[in-house]
Amino acid sequence: MKLVTAVIKPFKLDEVRKALEAFGVNGMTVTEASGYGRQKGHTEVYRGAEYTVDLVPKVRLEVLVDDLDVDQVLGVIAEAARTGKIGDGKIWVTPAEAVIRVRTGETGPDAL
Amino acid sequence: MPELSAGDTAWVLTSAALVLLMTPGLAFFYGGMVRAKAVLNMLMMSFLALAIVPVLWVLWGYTLAFDGTNGGLIGGLGKFGLDGVGLDSMHPGGLPIPEFSFVAFQAVFAIITVALISGAIAERASFRGWALFVPLWLTLVYLPVANWVWGGGWIFELGALDFAGGTVVHINAGAAGLALALVLGKRIGWPQQPMRPHNLPFVLLGAGLLWFGWFGFNAGSALGANGLASAAFVNTMVATAAAVLGWLLVDVVKQKHSTTLGAASGAIAGLVAITPACAYVSPIGAIIIGVVAGAVCALCVGLKYRFGYDDSLDVVAVHLVGGVVGTLMIGLLASADFTGEAEGLFYGGGVDLLWRQAVAAAVVIVFSFVVAYVLGKIIDATVGFRVSEEEEVDGIDLNSHLETGYELTSTSAGPTRSAAAAPARAESAQGA
Repeated sequence: MKLVTAVIKPFKLDEVRKALEAFGVNGMTVTEASGYGRQKGHTEVYRGAEYTVDLVPKVRLEVLVDDLDVDQVLGVIAEAARTGKIGDGKIWVTPAEAVIRVRTGETGPDAL
Repeated sequence: MPELSAGDTAWVLTSAALVLLMTPGLAFFYGGMVRAKAVLNMLMMSFLALAIVPVLWVLWGYTLAFDGTNGGLIGGLGKFGLDGVGLDSMHPGGLPIPEFSFVAFQAVFAIITVALISGAIAERASFRGWALFVPLWLTLVYLPVANWVWGGGWIFELGALDFAGGTVVHINAGAAGLALALVLGKRIGWPQQPMRPHNLPFVLLGAGLLWFGWFGFNAGSALGANGLASAAFVNTMVATAAAVLGWLLVDVVKQKHSTTLGAASGAIAGLVAITPACAYVSPIGAIIIGVVAGAVCALCVGLKYRFGYDDSLDVVAVHLVGGVVGTLMIGLLASADFTGEAEGLFYGGGVDLLWRQAVAAAVVIVFSFVVAYVLGKIIDATVGFRVSEEEEVDGIDLNSHLETGYELTSTSAGPTRSAAAAPARAESAQGA
């Protein structure tokens, strides 16, 4: 099993969620995050002062998937999250050694 | 002894209640502008002014401001503790209202003036220091200045015009705010770190309450239910509206957006500027004062970054600058149709009124700034006027008041009472 983590633009969350649902992913965890990559921050003027905004609001989405589905899930997320402009985010995969469903005690792929 | 006017008395008492509501309104206006970890402290600074000032007003505030004048500088002590003020006492200036109604009306002005200063020292002032500053500044600065302008003192004799408090309230508080901002120094992280308002709905709510209460402040200052009060009412309404437009215009040009904070601040800037002028100018003059105040104050909020003083909530840019704009523009726009006699430059009165206005403004700025600065330094050297670095970073609310403004999660680390203690206390209450 793998943990797929995606950091994406907040307004793309809905599209990504729907695309994953359509693909057959049953659950996910979403957190509000902030950060930057190549995009860096930007400057803005507010109340007489110019600020550099280093950390841009993002959404962090985590999905546990079966090894066989990883490549397709990556494709689904990337496709749905893409605007083509800088700041679209990143997706990465880490191995998940064990998974347990708390309610039933099921383990491994059955717990996904 | 004039016959009592029930209509005038009713309006003055109503206005006093309206003005009292301005201080809680100010608390929300300021409270929304600070970061979430300092909202309670911001509200409490205003609320402490509401608690301290009325007590002192009854003891020695009213008498030192309004019991005649000694050399044009300060009133007497003949009415200490409101001694001699009775049910039948009438307004000392001969107006047909009871003296008690005048005592109440003037008290609420003193409250909000002191509370205004707190915006300059947001998020970092020790509550102990503030609790000392309020009575000292009230006694040493507010009471003399009120006597100069409204108690028959030297500014009154000079012929400078201040209908409802451009010098006494706004210039006075603004200059003191600047002094304290310098004494306390910058907040940790200012100005590199953006310190944006945590609750703009509070800010707009507070601005709305202030606008509402300000009708008591300005129209109530006629001390009668009459045409003067009504003209002041209309001018207060229209100058404020024009100032919102003026500020938003600057916002759009400089920031490409109309900000909520700009709309709220514009309203206050307009209210401040029309305060001294509301009974001396025509409604067209009021619109001009409003637009100018809104735009000029909006341009002045950037000054603190240029000069490096952390006037956290722009008490200087809004109250000091707005107060000066209003006070000076009386010298330009005063109309004999309203003042009865004095005329501004644009109405053919020459610079005669303008220089008197400028002198009044300048002296109040210097006096309030110097005394507040010295008071601040003394307080800082004795009980301390600034919280520790740790308290400031962790949040002044929890450290100064043992509370936090918002408990948004069930796992937050706020202070909690032992779960076992609660039922035991309930049982013993039932047994008793």
